[in-house]
Formats: sequence, structure tokens, C-alpha cells
Amino acid sequence: MTDYDVIVIGGGHAGCEAAAASARLGARTALVTMRADRLGTLSCNPSIGGIGKGHLVRELDVFDGLMARAADSAAIHYRMLNRSKGPAVRGPRVQADRKLYAAAIQSMLRATSGLSIVEDSADRLLIEGGVPSGVELAGGTRLAARAVVIASGTFLGGKIFRGEETETGGRVGEGAALTLAAQLRDLGLAVSRLKTGTPPRLDGRTIDWARLEYQASDSEHWSFSALPSSRQPQIACAITRTTPRTHDIIRSGLDRSPLFSGAIEGQGPRYCPSIEDKIHRFADRESHQIFLEPEGLDDPTVYPNGISTSLPVDIQTALIASIPGLEQCRITQPGYAVEYDHVDPRGLDSHLQLRAIPGSYLAGQINGTTGYEEAAAQGLVAGLSAGAAAMGQTPARFDRTSSYIGVMIDDLTLQGVTEPYRMLTARAEHRLYMRADNAIARLGDCARGSGAVSPARAEIIERHCGSKADAEKQLSEGDDGQELVARGIAPHVAAEVVADALYRPYVQRQAIEIERRQRDSGITLGSIDYRRVAGLSNEMIERLSRAQPTSLGDAARIRGITPAALTAILVAARSA
Amino acid sequence: MQRFCREDAPGTIYALSSGAPPAAIAIVRISGPEAGAVLCALAGALPVPRRATLRHLHDAAGARLDQALLLWFPGPSTATGEDLAELHLHGGRAVVRAVLDAIGALPGCRMAEPGEFTRRALLNGRIDLAQAEGLADLLEAESEQARIAALRMAEGGLSRRIGDWRTRLVALAAEIEAALEFGEELDDEALLPPAFDRALAVLHEEIADILRAPSAERLRDGFRVVIAGPANSGKSTLINALAEREVAIATPIPGTTRDSLEAPIAIGGTALLLTDTAGLRETSDVVEAIGVDRARAVIESADLVIWLGAIEDAPPRSVSVHGRNDIPGREATPSGYALGLSALTGQGMTALRDLIAAAASAEIRSDSLALNIRQRALLVDAERALAGTMTESDPLLQAEHLRAGRAAFDAVVGRADVEAVLDGLFARFCLGK
Repeated sequence: MTDYDVIVIGGGHAGCEAAAASARLGARTALVTMRADRLGTLSCNPSIGGIGKGHLVRELDVFDGLMARAADSAAIHYRMLNRSKGPAVRGPRVQADRKLYAAAIQSMLRATSGLSIVEDSADRLLIEGGVPSGVELAGGTRLAARAVVIASGTFLGGKIFRGEETETGGRVGEGAALTLAAQLRDLGLAVSRLKTGTPPRLDGRTIDWARLEYQASDSEHWSFSALPSSRQPQIACAITRTTPRTHDIIRSGLDRSPLFSGAIEGQGPRYCPSIEDKIHRFADRESHQIFLEPEGLDDPTVYPNGISTSLPVDIQTALIASIPGLEQCRITQPGYAVEYDHVDPRGLDSHLQLRAIPGSYLAGQINGTTGYEEAAAQGLVAGLSAGAAAMGQTPARFDRTSSYIGVMIDDLTLQGVTEPYRMLTARAEHRLYMRADNAIARLGDCARGSGAVSPARAEIIERHCGSKADAEKQLSEGDDGQELVARGIAPHVAAEVVADALYRPYVQRQAIEIERRQRDSGITLGSIDYRRVAGLSNEMIERLSRAQPTSLGDAARIRGITPAALTAILVAARSA
Repeated sequence: MQRFCREDAPGTIYALSSGAPPAAIAIVRISGPEAGAVLCALAGALPVPRRATLRHLHDAAGARLDQALLLWFPGPSTATGEDLAELHLHGGRAVVRAVLDAIGALPGCRMAEPGEFTRRALLNGRIDLAQAEGLADLLEAESEQARIAALRMAEGGLSRRIGDWRTRLVALAAEIEAALEFGEELDDEALLPPAFDRALAVLHEEIADILRAPSAERLRDGFRVVIAGPANSGKSTLINALAEREVAIATPIPGTTRDSLEAPIAIGGTALLLTDTAGLRETSDVVEAIGVDRARAVIESADLVIWLGAIEDAPPRSVSVHGRNDIPGREATPSGYALGLSALTGQGMTALRDLIAAAASAEIRSDSLALNIRQRALLVDAERALAGTMTESDPLLQAEHLRAGRAAFDAVVGRADVEAVLDGLFARFCLGK
């Protein structure tokens, strides 16, 4: 039996980051994937980043995560979202060439020492004495490990819907992890269904580009990673919109949509609704915008962002033909919805470890999130935690007061999810401090302490903090950064220092809140049987028991927990 | 602020647990690990547990402070669950001050926060939450208005109001957040709907209006009635008559009252705080001059001033009263005065009481929610946050102001901050309980 420290199941964004992070710590790591050639696939839109999401990518990069570097080397269109708004909500976003992106991820994985890629289907978690001892593959082969990360994405019990058609699978044309799904249910984990969707893909050679409005790539150069990378040629995107006729066509097909017929029981993301959902919910809007995003430099495929759908193929064909510029357009692959299992993330601790099976970790869509960036960030956390646990080290810890990663982990593990969780800057109380431009300053020390960064990265962190301190000393009142740049300070450092100064009064006020929160965090709760605490409602007992808050401060953040309940919990904790 | 429930040392706390001096006796309580050491330092040696012992108290320099009755309760079977000591002192202000100062100078000792003795009792399992709240209720509600306001609060009047405000504020915040998160995806030019500014202003005004009502402390401590006038105009005699006890020393000598004296009384179910002041006059006496300055400050903060001087000198918010009409030549009340009276004969006193009661009940609106200091401070935060939103143009900073406002609402009903929640409960206790 082959022996590893850590096994990662799943080769999506969460799995790749988890495997790479674990291996960077020095743990002997296996990445089990059904298709090694699909590692790093962008299953849905060919873009990385955005508002909130871009913050996550920059944070990942500080820990030598893969996503930022792969996005930089595959970017064919750059756009800094919210450029006209404050720096704290600016969201770096790129469109990536799909093939280049996957190639970049695969080459980084191959170059990671101590990481083996195992092409097989992971059927079963081997559990001995309540902790994982390895993984059994579809052929019966067993791999041993001290820690296992499950990052199965939409493949866990995945089922694809398109009109009246259904098929089993996490991505069209690929299989699903059904036995593993059944095992997780059997282990007594709280499993429920969520759904997500993707639009039809178009043949760009059949689009009438001349009639469309263009959106050029940013002229200013910026990148996700602090490490240098090659730069691809830039291409423009085009914008078109739905018409009243498009809406009529969609309405005519609603009764055949699995979303409306009740075939899909899982809740979809409110933030990324299907086009049929948009037409249904915002009936008064005459038109919806569609961004036509090329999927690659040498690939004619175009991703029409804004019309995710699971309508039958004939309706999809008709609706595309009703859109200006797409009248003659050929669909290369119809859109579909996918429904999949997710595990209630309240069963996880702040290292994404399953409390019920210590040594096993969950990351990505299995925890009820949506989005590549959310998945990758969880992969980093789970990989660092599993690797550190297998190596007997203390894992890095992410706090909601200093990182979006921390916000997401805290939200997931304390509140759980009722719809696919997407990162939004509104989720971060401290967003004026947690900007995409200051990730190194926020997390540099934590990253270096985690043991997961290369010497080159450590040097970049140190150099950046040094030049930032230098720039801070030179910053004069009223300087918008130009004076600093004139004195030889790098423009991105000058911008960061100016943004710090802009928000300083607010950030200082928030520091008081953080201190107050930490006071509450100092009151540890341990394991309390909430059923025995007098005065708690059944709903509170359910929420507290699921989330098992470790401190009074955590308990206070759980929705619906009242002051009287907190006092009762405090008294129970002290008398325990 | 040091907290008992955290890892760091709980510390030893002390406070005057009886009413404000001067009084016949004053009881000082000391609770915590150093309570025994405090007794040793002050009285030489620990007395026999749970038995009253008479001892002389000395400070660190050896100066004698008082002769006191000591009680020593070793923990944990005590009211607070910790080592506990009580000193029954002579109730003069100087004695109490000196003993408190001497304890405060000892290592590990600090003045208790309001409610901290009860808080320790709760956290050490000596009483449960219901008992703690019952105690708080018992200690409060001295007047009919306070009782009604407290009742309205208990029935959730404030929570409902806050709930409504919070819902509206969240709706406003959601507009801004949508613009921040999805402004790039939505092609609408106008970021915020036209009704946004108006809805914001209406919400702000409602909160500002609530803040104009008197506070719970005001209801509980009473409507502040200040008796003022020139030296020797009969102020002290009048306060003694109103209080029906000897609050102030009344003599025919001008300048007898040199400091402001307070006396809580109730008239017709309304709690009042009567304050006697030094007579307003030019004086070369340094102490009396300080008293006169204090009198002016007290008059400033009064809800109602009973003015015993000349009409033309009457301060704002005052009623002019023609006093001492028992003195020959002062029998007739000159025009312009609200009434004439004699504190000695009692003539006109009923009319004065009615006048005070009417002024007090006009001030205290019957529909108001009585906010305590904590709630008021948080609503002031919320009000400022909304005002900040109205003057800010950057949507991101507007959102930050609204977030602060929401946090303030949450803190009022105790959603967010545990420490604040506990403080909220225990702030209801008087110091030393």
C-alpha cells in the first residue's frame, strides 16, 4: 500500500491548491483526480477575480498559492472593477485563456516536489478508530495517509439537468463521485443539495462582432501575483443584450425548465441567477446585459456571461438567435444546471477539519460555496491545515479581522449556508482595511510563519513591507501618491500607502471593535451540551450544537442568539 | 477594563455599599483574593470569620482612620463566591473617603464597577440570572414614571422601535452594497434610487427625536429642582421644608451653605432631586467662592429653578417665589412672582409642591421610551452614523457609516457584543451592590 502524509481527493481549484499547499509544507502528498488532463479546468466562466473574489486571489498569492500566478500567465483581458469607487472595493479581474490557465496549473503542480498525481476515482475514505487512514480507489487499490482533504466540487452526487434531460456527472461529459457521496451520508454528516449552472458556449466565428460594442482591456498594467510572469496579448470583449423577443422565448420554455418544474431541489445562488430566473424575478426589466468573453487566444469558443441556463436545447438555440450579433451564432455546447451534494460546513472547525472525523478536511463547493476563488482559498486553508497536522506542526490561522479567507471560513463554519456562498465585500466588517492592494502587508507575517512560502516569496514580502514603511515616512499631507512616485517609490506601494491614509480614521475605530471582539474570544466554551442549558430555544440549541462555537465571541456571532442566551451560555460554561 | 471572566487576574474590588454619606454608618465591601490582606493591612490581623469584631483602622503610614466593626467571610461560601470583607464605618464623608483611599493604595485592589459584586456572584454560581435581574429591578423603579417607562421597555417597546429602524437602515445599506458589488454588472447609471436621501433623512430625524426625551436616569434620579437665590434668602429653610427633614443647616448667617446639597424627594409619584445651593454673592472667602461657582453650574443643569431673588435676576427655566412672607413687611407677594410662601409656617408650600409637580410631569412625556445611559450613548452613535452618511459622498464610506449605525442598533438590543450585553445587565446595579 502506497504511503502518504496527505491525500487530496479532487483536482479542481480547491484540490489543486490544497495538494500544492500541503506539499509546500513538506508533507508527502497525493492528489487523486479522475482526469489528470483536466486539472485546473475553469468549468464555468473563463475569468478569475472580481469584487471580493479578487481579494481572495491576492491573499492566496501571499501564501504562494497557484491561482494568482496561473491567472497572470493566462490573462488575455484585464479589468479593475469599481475603479471609480474607493480602493477598498476595487476588484481585480482577468479573463483567462482556458488552455493556458490549465497548463499553468498543471506545470506548477508537476514542479511541486513531494506531490504525486494519482489518476483514479476515490471511492471510499478508509477510517480506523474514528480517524482517516487512507483512501480506497475505484479499482480497489488503497492509499494510506494520515490526513485526507476532500475537494470533490460538484462531482459529489453530481446530476446534470438540461430541459427534460438529466445525466449523472459533475461536469458535462465526466463522471460523478457517487460512492463517496453515499459514504459521507452514511457517516452521518449533514448533507443537502445545491445547484449551479453554466451558459451555452458559442462559436465565436459565427458571431457578428462588427455590430457589437467593445470593452477593451485595462491600459494600466497590474497583476494578481507579486511574482513576475509572462504577459499574453490582450483581446477585447464585446457587449450585447437580451431583447423582448429573447424574454418571450424564455417564458415559453419555463414549464420545461428543471428549475421551475421542481426537478431541481437544490437552492441556486441569488447572486448569479440563471437567465430564466432573471426574467421571472425581474419581469419589468426589458433587457439584460451579456458580456461575450473569448475563452482563449487560439480557441474560437466564446462564453456569454449573463445567460446561464438549464432550458431545453431547442429553447437555448432560439434564445441565442434572438440576441443582436448572435442571430447566426452556433452553440458548441448547450448550457446546463448541475445539482450536487454539499456537507453542512458547521460540522467543520476553523481549519476546515471535520469535527466528526478528525484528520479529514473539506474544501470547496462541498462546503456549499460557489466560485473558483472561494474554492481555491478553502483549498489553501485545508491543505495548510492537513499538511501541518500530518507533520505535527501548528497550522496557519485565518481571522475575519485581517483576511477575506478568514471571513469566509468564519461565515461557513459558524452560520452554515442556505444558498451557494459567494464572497462579497459586504461580508467583511473590516473591508476598509482588508483591501486587494494590501494583502502582503496584512498576511505577510502569517504566510512566512506558515512555512508554506518559497524563499523568493519570503524575500518579496520582506522587501514590500520595507518599501511600504519607507513610503509611509515620506508621505505628506494631501499627496495622492504622485509626490511619492516622483521620489522613486513604486506606484503600487504609493497607492497602498495613500489608501491606508485615506481610511485610517475608520480603521482605527474598527481596531477598537476588533479588540472588543477579541475580549469575547478569550472566553472559551469547550464542549457544552446546549440541550442542558436552561432558557435556550430549540432553534438556538440546534444552531449552537451544529456550529459548536469555541468561544463566547463566536457564539455571539451566530444568528439568532440573544443576550439572555449568551449569559446563560456563559454561566453554563463557567459551571461546567 | 479588567474583567473577572477572562484569564487575567480578577483583582480585588471594593466599594461603598451603603448610601451616600453622611449617614450614621457606612458599609464598605471588599471582594477578591486580597480581601484578607486588606483587613490585615487596615486592622492588623484577620478577625474570627463570620463574627463582628471592633477594631481600629490605620492607613499605610500608621495614621488612625476610624474605629470600625469588621466582618470577615472567607470564600467560596460567600455572597460573591470569593473572600469577602465588610467594614462598618462611621458614616462621615471624610472617614469614608480616607478608608476608600487607603484600600485603593493597597496592591491588587481597585474600585468596583457598578454591579460588579453581583456579576461575580453570578459568574461564581452563587446566584442565577433571574435572581440577578430581580435584584436589579428591586434596586430600581423609585417613581411611577420610572415604573411605567421600565415596563414599556420590558414589554419590548424599544426593541420594536430598534427593530424597525434597523430594518430600514439595512434596506438603505443594501442599496449601497448592491451598487458596490454589482454596479459594474448592472448597466443602470443612477447608483442609488432617488428616494434614498429622503428615507435616510426621515430615519435620522426619528432617532434624533427619541434622543430629545429625558433619559431613564433622569426619570429614576428625578427631575432636578434647584433652589437658588442671593445669600440669606431662605433657600436652606425651604429645602428642609420640602424634604421634610434636615438636609441643610439653616441659620440667619449669610453664606452658611457653601456647597451644593442634594436631597431626593417624591411629589405625587414623581421622583425629584432637590438641590440647595450657596447664596449667589460676591465673596472674598475662597471656599464660599467655590460654592458660588458650583451653584451657578448646578443652576445651569437644572430642569427647574426655584428662584428666591429679585425677578430681574431670575435665571432661565426658573419660577420666582417670594419667600419668607412670615417676616413683617414681606406679607404681600409683589406682582410678577408665581407665589409667596413661608417655609416656617408652611403657608404657600402646597401651592409650590403642585407647581413643581406640574412642571415635572410636563417635562416627562408620557409616551417616551426611557433610554438609559448605555442605550442613549448607542443611539447617539447611530444618529451620528446616519448624519455622517448624509454628509458623505463616497458610497463606500457611506456604507461604513451605515455599518456603524447597524452595529449601534445591534448593541442596543444586545445582539453583537457580549461584553456590552453583560455590561448592559450589570450597569443597572448601583456601585457596591
